[in-house]
Amino acid sequence: MIPLPSETTEDTIDAQTDEARSALLDAMVADLGDAVVGHHLMPGTDLWVRVCTEAWGDLAAYLRERQRFRFFGWLSAIDWMPSPYGRSLDSNVDNILEPPDASKVAETVTGFAGGDTRFQVMARVHNLSTNLGLTVKADVADDALTVGTWTNTFPGAEWHEREAWEMFGLNFAGHPGLRHLYLPGEFEGYPMRKDYPLLARLIKPWPGIVDVEPMPGSDEPSTENPEGSN
Amino acid sequence: MTLFGLDLVIPLKLLIGIAVVLLPAGTTVYLYLFKAVSFMQSRLGPMEAGPYGSMQLLAEVGKSLQKEDIFPAKADRTVFAMAPYVVLMSTFLLAALVPFGPDAYFVDLDTGIFFALAVSSVSVVGILMAGWSSASKYSLLGGLRAAGQLVAYELPLVLAVVGVVIQAGTLNLQGIIAAQTGGEIFGWGAIGNPFILTQFVGFLIFMIAVQAELTQVPFDMPIAESELVSGYMTEYSGMRFLMFFIGEFATAAIFGFLGSVLFLGGWQIPPFVTDLLGIEADSNWFNVIGPLVMVVKMLVLTFVIYWVRFTYPRFREDQLQTFAWKFLIPLSLVNIAFTGLLKVVF
Amino acid sequence: MTAISDRRQLAYIAAQAADARVNVEIEAEGMTLNIGPQHPATHGTLRIVARLDGELVTDAEPMMGYMHRGYEKLTEVRTYPQVTTLINRIDWLGSFANEVPFILAAEQLMEIEAPARAQHIRTILFEMARIANVTLFLGDMGVQLGAVTPIFYAFRDREHILNQIESATGGRFHPNFDRIGGVKDDLPAGWIAETKTSLGKIRSFCDEMEDLLVGNAIFEARTRGIGVIPADIALSYGLTGANVRASGVDWDLRRDNPCGLSYDKVDWKVWTHPDGDSFARYWVRLQEVRESCSIVEQLLDTLPSGPIMAKVPRIIKVPEGEAYAETENPLGVMGYYVVSKGGLEPFRVKIRSASFSNMSITPWLLKGSYVPDVITILASLYFILGDIDR
Repeated sequence: MIPLPSETTEDTIDAQTDEARSALLDAMVADLGDAVVGHHLMPGTDLWVRVCTEAWGDLAAYLRERQRFRFFGWLSAIDWMPSPYGRSLDSNVDNILEPPDASKVAETVTGFAGGDTRFQVMARVHNLSTNLGLTVKADVADDALTVGTWTNTFPGAEWHEREAWEMFGLNFAGHPGLRHLYLPGEFEGYPMRKDYPLLARLIKPWPGIVDVEPMPGSDEPSTENPEGSN
Repeated sequence: MTLFGLDLVIPLKLLIGIAVVLLPAGTTVYLYLFKAVSFMQSRLGPMEAGPYGSMQLLAEVGKSLQKEDIFPAKADRTVFAMAPYVVLMSTFLLAALVPFGPDAYFVDLDTGIFFALAVSSVSVVGILMAGWSSASKYSLLGGLRAAGQLVAYELPLVLAVVGVVIQAGTLNLQGIIAAQTGGEIFGWGAIGNPFILTQFVGFLIFMIAVQAELTQVPFDMPIAESELVSGYMTEYSGMRFLMFFIGEFATAAIFGFLGSVLFLGGWQIPPFVTDLLGIEADSNWFNVIGPLVMVVKMLVLTFVIYWVRFTYPRFREDQLQTFAWKFLIPLSLVNIAFTGLLKVVF
Repeated sequence: MTAISDRRQLAYIAAQAADARVNVEIEAEGMTLNIGPQHPATHGTLRIVARLDGELVTDAEPMMGYMHRGYEKLTEVRTYPQVTTLINRIDWLGSFANEVPFILAAEQLMEIEAPARAQHIRTILFEMARIANVTLFLGDMGVQLGAVTPIFYAFRDREHILNQIESATGGRFHPNFDRIGGVKDDLPAGWIAETKTSLGKIRSFCDEMEDLLVGNAIFEARTRGIGVIPADIALSYGLTGANVRASGVDWDLRRDNPCGLSYDKVDWKVWTHPDGDSFARYWVRLQEVRESCSIVEQLLDTLPSGPIMAKVPRIIKVPEGEAYAETENPLGVMGYYVVSKGGLEPFRVKIRSASFSNMSITPWLLKGSYVPDVITILASLYFILGDIDR
């Protein structure tokens, strides 16, 4: 892996945005207090902040009014459960040929800024004056699957929340009308959940990595284990 | 004339009448809709059917004839079926008036141009019938828009012609042509007095009103292809659609003929050319030259109509109405007043 | 009355009943008009259900999903190079531009930076995708308004750009040229000179559009003051790209966050317009095409030499992490939020497509406008169905 070429200008820029992002993080922790339950700062790159589920609905107004994040990027969700249908790293085909086995499902591990539940809702906002973007996340309780809506502050969130509802099954309390956006009206199931299979793969399993091209400089196709090539 | 004891005059006149409508329509369709617009849009247009695509219209006719005659389920069948014929009827009635030479005409009414303008309004009824009876919301919108637009632009059309009538002193079409040929511009009679020179404001208003009467862009709200698909013609298919199509182009050609009669001197040629050729002003030669001259003048005017059609965007309905009521009609009234004044003075 | 067949009788009765329904609809509640899904004005299969009061729209709701291909689910079962093939097809008019933010996100996760020549080539093709996309818009706006000729000029002059893209990448419409760590191939010989000629043709096309449409009184009457979007509302709906710059917001990711593209090495300008109406959106895009031509020319002149690919493993396994990369695509801001669990495939890819957010403003914007203005507004917002539906 190539490290970033370091020039003095980039370092100073990194330090500056680092300061800006850390200042933002400090301000959010100071204002929201216990509501901020996790964060991850990548200097010069991005900032992730996780809030508790109850604070999600008011977070929009806070970010827009107090922190001047006036641009609404997007809102979506993520299902952290590893797919029972997925391919393991060693196999060349998907696990379609066997039925999904609960014992074989790997442990659910969440990403940056932590998380305790299977579903997380996340959103991205942008501050044009300071030119900073912010990704915010919140857990969604497994038994309730409801969070507050952002539509009162950001009207654009209406369609994003409809999509998150129809794809993941998350409810947004206070949304003007949760109904299907992409899928036909009578669609059953929530396609983006990991336990919802990709039907095309059920019909015909993916053939896996087929390595037939010769490596640069050799004449024969590689017969090496793909894992070993570098 | 008789052949095998049958009187041939009426069938012959019928045939010539149909030819007078269909031939100019076909020519304008080929020249302008297929070729001129294509060249303007950096493409060639139809090239396969016949040499340089000249048989394309024939191919289209053949294609339309063999199509299924579709009636929308909720449509009013009688009205739906009759609408294209009503539109075509006004075209044929108009065609009966156009003089092609001193003796080459169908009827020579004393109220020539008045009758022409009155009869051209009949097509409005046909369009409304089409829009309403189609039982489709797109057609309905198109029909309603057409109603407003065509009624609004009748007035500038008529008022623009009034100036010509005042100058010519007669409603009769042959008389208008004679007035232009016999007239003089400040004593110089070499080219006569084509009314386009003195009535240029009237000519402009006439051309704009004709563009609107034909529902061509920039006045094609009733059709508005990117909004209403085809407006009042949406539900028509096959031969009925072709009748609307032919009617549209035939009417454009007939209005081209009328415009050349009113403003460009009709079937006459400039007097100095007549003297050059050494023929009398109303000799029989003009029955041969006349139609050719008329066709050339018609092609010039229709070229302008289609050139504008393929260049400009379209007006919105309310902008269209404002343009007619608040601009064209007052302008044409001023034109009439001016013409009257000058007629009295000179 | 002669005997009518049963079928005819039934049809007649049904027609009368339907007639009654149609009439009641018109009188009582206003007319409901379906614009689409098959319609000349929507760029693809989009359906807008509009309630009309005469010609005034009282309510409009877009219904999409006719082209939903489930990209976010599909990316979970594709390896990273395979994802590039998929996402080419999101915005199919400027398709190279779709690949770039995803590749940047993956490079951010792998902590790889593409060499300078690769970044330049990437930026050149990115800008050419923008030119290809927006020149179609310039002609298409004419067609939606009734001027049928400009779009032919748009297609004709776009061909020069598409030819150049094809000679460099092998594909006119779906180049699939970007790779994690660089680009697939170097530029062919003579490409630079040919591209400059094509850019000259695009410039003359822009001048033609300015003469034909911008200077046209009818065009101005149809677009000035139509569909005005205030800047703050635009931002809260998530509008991006030329739409928001036409409302006066000076925000362009190419300048403000170039991350991995070579915009900071070029001298160029961001165009804004204060009005926020349809005319402003057209005008801003016209100026942006001209600006893109000058950017590409400068990039071609300053193309550095060197490798076009960083050293990346043959089979790409991206380390664990999350990354979000967004770029100023032709339609707006496009972003990819890539979550990786260290495998061959992404764990989750959230595709933030520009047209989805651009369209979300239409229910608010179309209320109170006339039917012809609906067409003007949709044309000026400029969406691609693949971008909305993913």
